[in-house]
Amino acid sequence: MTEILLSLLILAGAMFTFIGSLGLARLRDFYTRLHGPTKATTLGLGCLLIASAVYFSVHEAGISLHEVLVSLFLFITAPVSAHLLAKAALHLKLKSLVPTPAPDNDSPAPERNRAD
Amino acid sequence: MRRLLPHPLLSLTLALLWLLLVNQLSAGHVVLGGLLGWLIPFATSAFWLEPVRIRHPLTLLHYLGILILDIVHGSFHVAYLILRGPARLRPVFVEVPLALETPLAISLLANTISLTPGTVSALLSGDRRTLIVHALDTDDGDALVRKIKQRYEAPLKKIFEEGNDRC
Repeated sequence: MTEILLSLLILAGAMFTFIGSLGLARLRDFYTRLHGPTKATTLGLGCLLIASAVYFSVHEAGISLHEVLVSLFLFITAPVSAHLLAKAALHLKLKSLVPTPAPDNDSPAPERNRAD
Repeated sequence: MRRLLPHPLLSLTLALLWLLLVNQLSAGHVVLGGLLGWLIPFATSAFWLEPVRIRHPLTLLHYLGILILDIVHGSFHVAYLILRGPARLRPVFVEVPLALETPLAISLLANTISLTPGTVSALLSGDRRTLIVHALDTDDGDALVRKIKQRYEAPLKKIFEEGNDRC
């Protein structure tokens, strides 16, 4: 029973990670490409991590909670890096499928305190 | 009290993180976690200009629930869009005018937007008044902005900024 659950989770995880990478390769401009890795891959990794937590909780003594931490850090860092990539792309005026907004680069943005 | 323990929430979070990291609950680790949770806020006090206050813990829980559902839903949606092929995407940049003021709430909103269906936050304007968001596939940018404001910004405002007297 556990094995079936684990295989399903791992398969789903692999599928979502693959689709995320596919998006990275297939989509047409930088900004749309950002979407694949930030979302589909996040859920894919989530599935793999749940599978890992279940496996180690069943097969070893005690409940394995490291995966909670991994997903927590993942959910904190993935959007931040996506945001920075998009910001850098706007700054460099990368080619886009749609009109890009004019970034107000005349005055440098004040240092933000990223609290996470 | 405030001088001794400047950020009680941060301390508690750090102590819990430590316990999760060592993955065992023994008295020694509780003490060590507590000690780290007490010391680290002092070392990083430059990053925490104002103490974080959570006004409505239940709203926060509700918000996290919505967020998790939306992440799952968003992943399926984006997976579908990628598989359907790039030719039929209608990407667009929208500007979300922000009602939030504290840096923490704004960064949480930006993170939320990046994690939820088809949107990535791309740029915060220099005066922190507008957030530029890239949507993967939408036919009505205004509706998207309204949705972001209602679904995510309003609860964040309620949780972190209600009753703030500074402007």
